[in-house]
Amino acid sequence: MKLLTHNMLSSRCIKGVSVGYPLKISAKNVRLVNCDFDTDFTVRIIQKLDWNALWEAAESVGHADDIPKNLSDIDDYDKNDEFLRKVHHVVLEVEVIEGELECPETGRKFPIEDGVPNMLLNEDEV
Amino acid sequence: MYPHFVSEKSFRLTVETFCKSLSMKEKVERIESFSYLPIEGNVNLKDPDVTFYLLEYFGQDSNNIPEQPYELFFGRWVADGQRSLIQKLSLKTRHFLGNTSMDAQLSLLMANQAKIVPGSLVYDPFVGSGSLLVSAAQFGGYVSGADIDFLMIHGKSRPVRPNQKVREKGESIKSNMQQYNLSSKYVGVLVADFARPLWRPDVRFDAILTDPPYGVREATFKVGSWRGPDIKPIAEKHLPHHIPAKVDYDLQELMRDLLDFAANHLCMGGRLVFWLPICREEYDEEKSLPKHKCLRLIYNCEQVLSCHSSRLLLCMEKVKEPVTKEKTPPAELTSTTRFRHRYFGGKEQKE
Repeated sequence: MKLLTHNMLSSRCIKGVSVGYPLKISAKNVRLVNCDFDTDFTVRIIQKLDWNALWEAAESVGHADDIPKNLSDIDDYDKNDEFLRKVHHVVLEVEVIEGELECPETGRKFPIEDGVPNMLLNEDEV
Repeated sequence: MYPHFVSEKSFRLTVETFCKSLSMKEKVERIESFSYLPIEGNVNLKDPDVTFYLLEYFGQDSNNIPEQPYELFFGRWVADGQRSLIQKLSLKTRHFLGNTSMDAQLSLLMANQAKIVPGSLVYDPFVGSGSLLVSAAQFGGYVSGADIDFLMIHGKSRPVRPNQKVREKGESIKSNMQQYNLSSKYVGVLVADFARPLWRPDVRFDAILTDPPYGVREATFKVGSWRGPDIKPIAEKHLPHHIPAKVDYDLQELMRDLLDFAANHLCMGGRLVFWLPICREEYDEEKSLPKHKCLRLIYNCEQVLSCHSSRLLLCMEKVKEPVTKEKTPPAELTSTTRFRHRYFGGKEQKE
Protein backbone atom coordinates (compact mmCIF):
# COMPACT_ATOMS: atom_id res chain seq x y z
CA MET A 1 0.00 0.00 0.00
CA LYS A 2 1.46 3.34 -1.01
CA LEU A 3 0.97 6.37 1.17
CA LEU A 4 -0.99 8.02 -1.63
CA THR A 5 -3.65 5.32 -1.28
CA HIS A 6 -3.58 5.61 2.49
CA ASN A 7 -4.11 9.36 2.23
CA MET A 8 -7.40 8.85 0.42
CA LEU A 9 -8.70 5.90 2.46
CA SER A 10 -11.26 6.03 5.27
CA SER A 11 -13.12 3.57 7.48
CA ARG A 12 -16.55 4.97 6.65
CA CYS A 13 -17.65 1.47 5.71
CA ILE A 14 -18.09 0.72 9.42
CA LYS A 15 -21.60 1.23 10.78
CA GLY A 16 -21.73 4.30 12.96
CA VAL A 17 -18.46 5.86 11.83
CA SER A 18 -18.88 9.47 10.71
CA VAL A 19 -15.42 10.47 9.52
CA GLY A 20 -13.13 7.45 9.90
CA TYR A 21 -10.05 9.39 8.81
CA PRO A 22 -7.11 9.22 8.87
CA LEU A 23 -6.45 5.55 9.44
CA LYS A 24 -3.55 4.79 11.79
CA ILE A 25 -0.78 2.71 10.20
CA SER A 26 1.14 0.07 12.11
CA ALA A 27 3.62 -1.35 9.67
CA LYS A 28 5.48 -4.62 10.16
CA ASN A 29 7.21 -4.55 6.80
CA VAL A 30 7.91 -1.48 4.66
CA ARG A 31 9.60 -1.56 1.27
CA LEU A 32 11.03 1.14 -0.98
CA VAL A 33 10.40 0.97 -4.71
CA ASN A 34 11.45 3.04 -7.70
CA CYS A 35 8.84 5.09 -9.49
CA ASP A 36 9.48 7.58 -12.30
CA PHE A 37 9.15 11.16 -11.12
CA ASP A 38 6.69 13.45 -12.89
CA THR A 39 6.65 17.12 -11.92
CA ASP A 40 3.14 17.92 -13.14
CA PHE A 41 1.56 14.91 -11.50
CA THR A 42 3.30 15.61 -8.20
CA VAL A 43 2.16 19.25 -8.17
CA ARG A 44 -1.43 18.17 -8.91
CA ILE A 45 -1.44 15.42 -6.35
CA ILE A 46 -0.24 17.74 -3.57
CA GLN A 47 -3.47 19.69 -4.06
CA LYS A 48 -5.46 16.51 -3.43
CA LEU A 49 -3.55 15.43 -0.33
CA ASP A 50 -4.50 15.93 3.28
CA TRP A 51 -1.03 17.13 4.30
CA ASN A 52 -1.36 16.41 8.04
CA ALA A 53 -2.48 12.88 7.39
CA LEU A 54 0.41 12.43 4.97
CA TRP A 55 2.99 13.64 7.49
CA GLU A 56 1.57 11.41 10.24
CA ALA A 57 1.57 8.44 7.90
CA ALA A 58 5.15 9.19 6.83
CA GLU A 59 6.15 9.37 10.47
CA SER A 60 4.54 6.03 11.28
CA VAL A 61 6.68 4.37 8.62
CA GLY A 62 9.88 6.21 9.50
CA HIS A 63 9.88 8.82 6.74
CA ALA A 64 8.89 11.93 8.70
CA ASP A 65 12.17 13.62 7.85
CA ASP A 66 11.52 13.52 4.13
CA ILE A 67 8.76 16.12 4.21
CA PRO A 68 7.99 19.19 6.35
CA LYS A 69 5.24 18.94 8.93
CA ASN A 70 3.48 21.94 7.40
CA LEU A 71 3.08 22.51 3.69
CA SER A 72 3.08 26.26 4.34
CA ASP A 73 6.74 26.00 5.39
CA ILE A 74 7.65 25.73 1.71
CA ASP A 75 7.27 28.81 -0.49
CA ASP A 76 6.25 28.27 -4.10
CA TYR A 77 6.34 24.51 -3.64
CA ASP A 78 5.27 23.96 -7.24
CA LYS A 79 8.63 25.33 -8.39
CA ASN A 80 10.77 23.62 -5.77
CA ASP A 81 12.16 20.56 -7.53
CA GLU A 82 13.91 19.12 -4.49
CA PHE A 83 10.74 19.35 -2.42
CA LEU A 84 8.60 17.84 -5.17
CA ARG A 85 10.94 14.88 -5.52
CA LYS A 86 10.74 14.24 -1.78
CA VAL A 87 6.95 14.33 -1.93
CA HIS A 88 7.02 11.94 -4.88
CA HIS A 89 9.23 9.62 -2.88
CA VAL A 90 7.00 9.56 0.18
CA VAL A 91 3.75 9.30 -1.72
CA LEU A 92 4.65 6.72 -4.38
CA GLU A 93 7.91 5.02 -3.40
CA VAL A 94 7.22 3.94 0.17
CA GLU A 95 5.08 0.79 0.36
CA VAL A 96 3.64 -0.90 3.42
CA ILE A 97 3.81 -4.61 2.63
CA GLU A 98 2.58 -6.09 5.91
CA GLY A 99 0.77 -4.25 8.66
CA GLU A 100 -2.55 -2.93 9.86
CA LEU A 101 -4.78 0.09 9.39
CA GLU A 102 -6.77 1.18 12.43
CA CYS A 103 -10.05 3.09 12.41
CA PRO A 104 -9.61 6.22 14.55
CA GLU A 105 -13.20 6.03 15.85
CA THR A 106 -13.72 2.35 16.60
CA GLY A 107 -10.24 0.88 16.78
CA ARG A 108 -11.24 -1.77 14.23
CA LYS A 109 -8.19 -3.06 12.43
CA PHE A 110 -7.87 -3.78 8.71
CA PRO A 111 -4.96 -6.03 7.69
CA ILE A 112 -2.47 -5.23 4.94
CA GLU A 113 -1.16 -8.38 3.30
CA ASP A 114 1.33 -8.44 0.43
CA GLY A 115 0.90 -4.71 0.00
CA VAL A 116 -2.89 -4.92 -0.28
CA PRO A 117 -5.24 -3.56 2.40
CA ASN A 118 -8.30 -5.70 3.08
CA MET A 119 -11.18 -3.33 3.81
CA LEU A 120 -13.89 -6.02 3.96
CA LEU A 121 -16.07 -6.02 7.04
CA ASN A 122 -17.62 -9.13 8.44
CA GLU A 123 -21.34 -9.60 7.89
CA ASP A 124 -22.07 -8.73 11.51
CA GLU A 125 -20.56 -5.26 11.10
CA VAL A 126 -22.61 -3.98 8.15
CA MET B 1 0.26 21.46 -49.46
CA TYR B 2 2.56 23.88 -51.31
CA PRO B 3 4.59 24.94 -48.24
CA HIS B 4 5.75 21.34 -48.02
CA PHE B 5 6.95 21.14 -51.64
CA VAL B 6 9.78 23.62 -51.08
CA SER B 7 13.32 22.64 -51.94
CA GLU B 8 14.46 22.87 -48.32
CA LYS B 9 12.23 19.97 -47.32
CA SER B 10 13.23 16.42 -48.11
CA PHE B 11 10.32 14.09 -48.77
CA ARG B 12 9.15 10.54 -49.21
CA LEU B 13 5.98 9.14 -50.75
CA THR B 14 4.53 5.98 -49.24
CA VAL B 15 1.81 3.79 -50.71
CA GLU B 16 -0.52 1.82 -48.47
CA THR B 17 -3.45 -0.35 -49.39
CA PHE B 18 -6.44 -1.64 -47.46
CA CYS B 19 -7.61 -5.13 -48.21
CA LYS B 20 -5.20 -5.78 -51.06
CA SER B 21 -1.51 -6.47 -51.38
CA LEU B 22 0.55 -4.69 -53.97
CA SER B 23 3.96 -5.81 -55.15
CA MET B 24 6.92 -3.47 -54.77
CA LYS B 25 6.84 -2.88 -58.53
CA GLU B 26 3.18 -1.85 -58.41
CA LYS B 27 3.86 0.52 -55.53
CA VAL B 28 6.79 2.14 -57.33
CA GLU B 29 4.59 2.60 -60.42
CA ARG B 30 2.09 4.51 -58.35
CA ILE B 31 4.76 6.63 -56.69
CA GLU B 32 6.18 7.57 -60.07
CA SER B 33 2.76 8.54 -61.35
CA PHE B 34 3.00 11.53 -59.02
CA SER B 35 6.03 12.95 -60.75
CA TYR B 36 3.86 15.74 -62.12
CA LEU B 37 3.65 17.28 -58.65
CA PRO B 38 5.79 20.42 -58.31
CA ILE B 39 7.79 19.01 -55.40
CA GLU B 40 11.16 20.69 -55.30
CA GLY B 41 12.75 18.93 -52.35
CA ASN B 42 15.02 15.91 -52.52
CA VAL B 43 13.92 12.37 -51.86
CA ASN B 44 14.93 10.95 -48.50
CA LEU B 45 13.65 7.46 -47.85
CA LYS B 46 15.08 7.11 -44.35
CA ASP B 47 14.33 10.30 -42.52
CA PRO B 48 12.40 12.80 -44.61
CA ASP B 49 11.06 16.15 -43.40
CA VAL B 50 7.71 15.38 -45.00
CA THR B 51 5.97 12.11 -45.78
CA PHE B 52 3.15 11.97 -48.29
CA TYR B 53 0.78 9.03 -48.29
CA LEU B 54 -1.23 7.49 -51.06
CA LEU B 55 -3.93 5.28 -49.54
CA GLU B 56 -5.93 2.91 -51.73
CA TYR B 57 -9.12 1.49 -50.29
CA PHE B 58 -10.36 -1.81 -51.71
CA GLY B 59 -13.27 -2.39 -49.35
CA GLN B 60 -13.57 -4.68 -46.36
CA ASP B 61 -14.43 -8.02 -47.94
CA SER B 62 -11.24 -9.98 -48.48
CA ASN B 63 -13.15 -12.52 -50.58
CA ASN B 64 -14.25 -9.91 -53.09
CA ILE B 65 -11.34 -7.64 -53.85
CA PRO B 66 -12.02 -5.32 -56.80
CA GLU B 67 -9.53 -4.60 -59.58
CA GLN B 68 -9.63 -0.90 -58.95
CA PRO B 69 -9.81 0.73 -55.53
CA TYR B 70 -13.15 2.15 -54.41
CA GLU B 71 -11.48 5.25 -53.03
CA LEU B 72 -8.14 7.00 -53.11
CA PHE B 73 -6.69 9.27 -50.45
CA PHE B 74 -3.66 11.48 -50.76
CA GLY B 75 -2.23 13.58 -47.98
CA ARG B 76 0.59 14.54 -45.74
CA TRP B 77 1.43 12.42 -42.68
CA VAL B 78 0.69 14.28 -39.45
CA ALA B 79 0.68 11.61 -36.73
CA ASP B 80 0.32 7.86 -36.22
CA GLY B 81 -2.58 6.28 -34.42
CA GLN B 82 -1.83 3.67 -31.81
CA ARG B 83 -3.45 0.58 -33.31
CA SER B 84 -0.28 -1.34 -32.61
CA LEU B 85 -1.18 -1.18 -28.92
CA ILE B 86 -3.93 -3.70 -29.55
CA GLN B 87 -1.27 -6.25 -30.41
CA LYS B 88 1.17 -5.09 -27.76
CA LEU B 89 -1.37 -5.41 -24.94
CA SER B 90 -3.07 -8.51 -26.30
CA LEU B 91 -4.55 -10.84 -23.69
CA LYS B 92 -2.88 -13.76 -25.46
CA THR B 93 0.42 -12.72 -23.89
CA ARG B 94 -0.94 -11.10 -20.72
CA HIS B 95 0.77 -12.38 -17.60
CA PHE B 96 -2.24 -12.49 -15.24
CA LEU B 97 -5.72 -13.15 -16.63
CA GLY B 98 -9.13 -13.52 -15.06
CA ASN B 99 -12.38 -14.98 -16.31
CA THR B 100 -13.65 -11.65 -17.55
CA SER B 101 -10.50 -9.71 -18.46
CA MET B 102 -11.40 -7.02 -20.99
CA ASP B 103 -9.71 -7.48 -24.37
CA ALA B 104 -7.07 -4.96 -25.32
CA GLN B 105 -9.02 -3.21 -28.07
CA LEU B 106 -12.08 -2.58 -25.93
CA SER B 107 -10.10 -1.50 -22.91
CA LEU B 108 -8.12 0.97 -25.05
CA LEU B 109 -11.40 2.34 -26.47
CA MET B 110 -12.67 2.79 -22.94
CA ALA B 111 -9.52 4.64 -21.90
CA ASN B 112 -9.94 6.88 -24.95
CA GLN B 113 -13.58 7.62 -24.16
CA ALA B 114 -12.60 8.49 -20.61
CA LYS B 115 -10.16 11.06 -22.04
CA ILE B 116 -7.28 9.71 -20.00
CA VAL B 117 -4.15 11.78 -20.43
CA PRO B 118 -0.74 11.65 -18.75
CA GLY B 119 -1.25 12.45 -15.08
CA SER B 120 -4.93 11.44 -14.86
CA LEU B 121 -5.93 9.77 -11.60
CA VAL B 122 -7.95 6.72 -12.60
CA TYR B 123 -10.00 4.25 -10.54
CA ASP B 124 -11.72 0.94 -11.25
CA PRO B 125 -14.04 -0.21 -8.44
CA PHE B 126 -14.46 -3.70 -9.97
CA VAL B 127 -10.86 -4.12 -10.99
CA GLY B 128 -10.69 -7.93 -11.36
CA SER B 129 -7.42 -8.74 -13.12
CA GLY B 130 -6.68 -5.08 -13.86
CA SER B 131 -7.14 -5.16 -17.63
CA LEU B 132 -8.67 -1.68 -17.66
CA LEU B 133 -5.86 -0.33 -15.51
CA VAL B 134 -3.33 -1.49 -18.10
CA SER B 135 -4.82 0.65 -20.90
CA ALA B 136 -5.39 3.60 -18.62
CA ALA B 137 -1.75 3.44 -17.54
CA GLN B 138 -0.66 3.06 -21.17
CA PHE B 139 -2.20 6.50 -21.81
CA GLY B 140 -0.35 7.93 -18.81
CA GLY B 141 -2.97 7.54 -16.10
CA TYR B 142 -2.05 6.79 -12.49
CA VAL B 143 -4.23 3.81 -11.73
CA SER B 144 -5.84 2.19 -8.72
CA GLY B 145 -8.65 -0.25 -8.20
CA ALA B 146 -10.59 -2.40 -5.78
CA ASP B 147 -12.43 -5.71 -5.87
CA ILE B 148 -14.41 -7.77 -3.37
CA ASP B 149 -12.65 -10.91 -4.59
CA PHE B 150 -9.68 -11.44 -2.28
CA LEU B 151 -8.23 -14.31 -4.29
CA MET B 152 -8.36 -12.38 -7.56
CA ILE B 153 -6.66 -9.32 -6.05
CA HIS B 154 -3.91 -11.51 -4.64
CA GLY B 155 -3.46 -13.40 -7.90
CA LYS B 156 -4.56 -16.65 -6.33
CA SER B 157 -7.80 -17.24 -8.21
CA ARG B 158 -8.11 -20.35 -10.34
CA PRO B 159 -6.21 -20.02 -13.65
CA VAL B 160 -8.38 -19.49 -16.73
CA ARG B 161 -6.06 -20.48 -19.54
CA PRO B 162 -7.06 -23.97 -20.77
CA ASN B 163 -3.60 -25.49 -20.42
CA GLN B 164 -2.70 -23.82 -17.15
CA LYS B 165 -3.27 -25.97 -14.07
CA VAL B 166 -1.77 -23.72 -11.42
CA ARG B 167 -1.03 -20.00 -11.11
CA GLU B 168 2.61 -19.09 -11.55
CA LYS B 169 4.20 -17.41 -8.61
CA GLY B 170 3.90 -13.66 -8.81
CA GLU B 171 0.86 -13.45 -11.09
CA SER B 172 -1.08 -10.37 -10.13
CA ILE B 173 -2.35 -7.02 -11.36
CA LYS B 174 1.01 -5.60 -10.35
CA SER B 175 2.85 -8.12 -12.53
CA ASN B 176 0.69 -7.08 -15.49
CA MET B 177 1.79 -3.50 -14.99
CA GLN B 178 5.41 -4.64 -14.81
CA GLN B 179 5.00 -6.66 -18.00
CA TYR B 180 4.40 -3.46 -19.99
CA ASN B 181 6.78 -1.21 -18.03
CA LEU B 182 3.88 0.66 -16.50
CA SER B 183 4.82 0.10 -12.85
CA SER B 184 5.41 3.80 -12.28
CA LYS B 185 1.75 4.41 -12.97
CA TYR B 186 0.51 1.77 -10.56
CA VAL B 187 -0.87 3.31 -7.38
CA GLY B 188 -2.30 0.11 -5.93
CA VAL B 189 -5.33 -2.07 -5.35
CA LEU B 190 -7.47 -3.01 -2.36
CA VAL B 191 -9.88 -5.71 -1.34
CA ALA B 192 -13.14 -3.83 -0.76
CA ASP B 193 -16.91 -4.07 -1.12
CA PHE B 194 -18.22 -1.45 -3.55
CA ALA B 195 -21.53 -1.33 -1.67
CA ARG B 196 -19.73 0.33 1.28
CA PRO B 197 -18.14 3.81 1.34
CA LEU B 198 -14.38 3.68 1.23
CA TRP B 199 -12.76 6.99 0.33
CA ARG B 200 -12.43 10.35 2.04
CA PRO B 201 -15.49 12.31 0.80
CA ASP B 202 -13.37 14.93 -0.99
CA VAL B 203 -11.35 12.39 -3.01
CA ARG B 204 -11.63 13.17 -6.72
CA PHE B 205 -10.67 10.95 -9.64
CA ASP B 206 -10.21 12.20 -13.19
CA ALA B 207 -11.76 9.07 -14.61
CA ILE B 208 -13.61 5.96 -13.47
CA LEU B 209 -13.29 3.03 -15.82
CA THR B 210 -15.08 -0.16 -15.00
CA ASP B 211 -16.82 -3.34 -16.06
CA PRO B 212 -19.16 -4.24 -13.21
CA PRO B 213 -20.26 -7.87 -12.75
CA TYR B 214 -23.47 -8.69 -14.64
CA GLY B 215 -24.35 -11.66 -12.49
CA VAL B 216 -23.57 -14.06 -15.32
CA ARG B 217 -19.94 -15.15 -15.34
CA GLU B 218 -19.22 -13.58 -12.01
CA ALA B 219 -21.76 -13.22 -9.24
CA THR B 220 -22.95 -9.83 -8.08
CA PHE B 221 -22.65 -9.72 -4.33
CA LYS B 222 -21.78 -7.61 -1.33
CA VAL B 223 -20.97 -8.44 2.26
CA GLY B 224 -24.01 -9.44 4.30
CA SER B 225 -25.88 -12.39 5.74
CA TRP B 226 -29.04 -14.12 4.52
CA ARG B 227 -30.12 -13.81 8.12
CA GLY B 228 -30.58 -10.06 7.60
CA PRO B 229 -28.80 -6.95 8.86
CA ASP B 230 -29.14 -7.51 12.61
CA ILE B 231 -27.28 -10.69 13.42
CA LYS B 232 -25.24 -11.95 16.32
CA PRO B 233 -21.62 -10.80 16.32
CA ILE B 234 -19.10 -13.35 15.14
CA ALA B 235 -17.24 -15.03 18.00
CA GLU B 236 -13.79 -13.60 18.69
CA LYS B 237 -12.05 -16.91 18.14
CA HIS B 238 -13.38 -17.13 14.57
CA LEU B 239 -12.44 -13.63 13.54
CA PRO B 240 -8.88 -14.00 12.19
CA HIS B 241 -9.86 -16.59 9.60
CA HIS B 242 -13.42 -15.54 8.95
CA ILE B 243 -14.33 -15.00 5.33
CA PRO B 244 -17.27 -12.57 5.18
CA ALA B 245 -20.56 -14.03 3.97
CA LYS B 246 -22.08 -12.44 0.92
CA VAL B 247 -25.62 -11.64 -0.28
CA ASP B 248 -26.95 -10.78 -3.69
CA TYR B 249 -26.18 -7.26 -4.90
CA ASP B 250 -29.03 -6.33 -7.16
CA LEU B 251 -27.74 -5.10 -10.53
CA GLN B 252 -29.98 -2.04 -10.52
CA GLU B 253 -28.85 -1.13 -7.02
CA LEU B 254 -25.26 -1.59 -8.18
CA MET B 255 -25.83 0.76 -11.13
CA ARG B 256 -27.41 3.32 -8.85
CA ASP B 257 -24.42 3.06 -6.51
CA LEU B 258 -22.01 3.37 -9.42
CA LEU B 259 -23.57 6.58 -10.70
CA ASP B 260 -23.76 8.02 -7.17
CA PHE B 261 -20.12 7.13 -6.65
CA ALA B 262 -19.13 8.79 -9.92
CA ALA B 263 -21.16 11.92 -9.15
CA ASN B 264 -19.42 12.21 -5.78
CA HIS B 265 -15.88 11.19 -6.66
CA LEU B 266 -15.24 12.47 -10.17
CA CYS B 267 -13.63 15.84 -10.88
CA MET B 268 -15.95 18.21 -12.69
CA GLY B 269 -15.78 17.20 -16.34
CA GLY B 270 -14.39 13.81 -15.39
CA ARG B 271 -15.74 10.71 -17.08
CA LEU B 272 -17.33 7.45 -16.03
CA VAL B 273 -17.03 4.71 -18.66
CA PHE B 274 -18.73 1.40 -17.96
CA TRP B 275 -20.66 -1.52 -19.40
CA LEU B 276 -24.37 -2.15 -18.88
CA PRO B 277 -25.88 -5.51 -19.83
CA ILE B 278 -29.30 -5.39 -21.51
CA CYS B 279 -31.94 -7.70 -22.93
CA ARG B 280 -32.24 -6.53 -26.52
CA GLU B 281 -35.98 -7.11 -26.79
CA GLU B 282 -36.77 -4.84 -23.90
CA TYR B 283 -34.25 -2.11 -24.55
CA ASP B 284 -35.67 1.38 -24.62
CA GLU B 285 -33.33 4.34 -24.69
CA GLU B 286 -35.48 6.35 -22.31
CA LYS B 287 -36.24 3.66 -19.78
CA SER B 288 -33.28 1.31 -19.85
CA LEU B 289 -30.38 3.61 -19.11
CA PRO B 290 -29.36 4.58 -15.58
CA LYS B 291 -29.50 8.33 -15.04
CA HIS B 292 -28.11 10.82 -12.57
CA LYS B 293 -28.76 14.57 -12.26
CA CYS B 294 -25.05 15.27 -12.06
CA LEU B 295 -23.95 13.10 -14.99
CA ARG B 296 -24.56 13.62 -18.68
CA LEU B 297 -24.58 10.74 -21.16
CA ILE B 298 -21.94 11.30 -23.83
CA TYR B 299 -21.77 7.97 -25.71
CA ASN B 300 -23.84 4.81 -25.87
CA CYS B 301 -22.32 1.98 -27.94
CA GLU B 302 -23.78 -1.49 -28.25
CA GLN B 303 -21.88 -4.75 -28.39
CA VAL B 304 -24.16 -7.61 -29.30
CA LEU B 305 -23.47 -10.70 -27.20
CA SER B 306 -26.20 -13.08 -28.38
CA CYS B 307 -29.56 -12.97 -30.10
CA HIS B 308 -31.20 -11.81 -26.91
CA SER B 309 -28.54 -9.91 -25.00
CA SER B 310 -26.09 -7.08 -25.52
CA ARG B 311 -23.94 -4.89 -23.44
CA LEU B 312 -23.80 -1.13 -23.79
CA LEU B 313 -20.61 0.83 -23.38
CA LEU B 314 -21.79 3.99 -21.66
CA CYS B 315 -19.74 7.13 -21.22
CA MET B 316 -20.97 9.77 -18.81
CA GLU B 317 -19.49 13.09 -17.83
CA LYS B 318 -19.86 14.88 -14.52
CA VAL B 319 -21.52 18.24 -15.09
CA LYS B 320 -22.71 19.14 -11.61
CA GLU B 321 -21.64 18.68 -7.98
CA PRO B 322 -24.18 16.64 -6.00
CA VAL B 323 -26.05 18.78 -3.49
CA THR B 324 -27.54 16.23 -1.21
CA LYS B 325 -25.74 13.32 0.45
CA GLU B 326 -28.87 11.20 0.18
CA LYS B 327 -28.79 8.16 -2.06
CA THR B 328 -31.16 8.32 -5.00
CA PRO B 329 -33.50 5.33 -5.00
CA PRO B 330 -32.48 2.78 -7.68
CA ALA B 331 -34.45 3.35 -10.86
CA GLU B 332 -36.40 0.46 -12.29
CA LEU B 333 -34.37 -0.07 -15.43
CA THR B 334 -36.29 -2.02 -18.01
CA SER B 335 -34.18 -4.63 -19.79
CA THR B 336 -31.71 -4.87 -16.90
CA THR B 337 -34.25 -6.37 -14.49
CA ARG B 338 -33.25 -9.88 -13.68
CA PHE B 339 -30.69 -9.81 -16.47
CA ARG B 340 -29.04 -12.91 -15.15
CA HIS B 341 -32.34 -14.76 -15.04
CA ARG B 342 -33.16 -13.88 -18.60
CA TYR B 343 -29.66 -14.48 -19.88
CA PHE B 344 -29.79 -18.08 -18.77
CA GLY B 345 -33.48 -18.42 -19.56
CA GLY B 346 -33.10 -17.60 -23.23
CA LYS B 347 -35.47 -15.45 -25.24
CA GLU B 348 -38.32 -17.94 -25.09
CA GLN B 349 -38.90 -17.23 -21.44
CA LYS B 350 -41.68 -14.71 -20.86
CA GLU B 351 -42.69 -13.20 -17.51
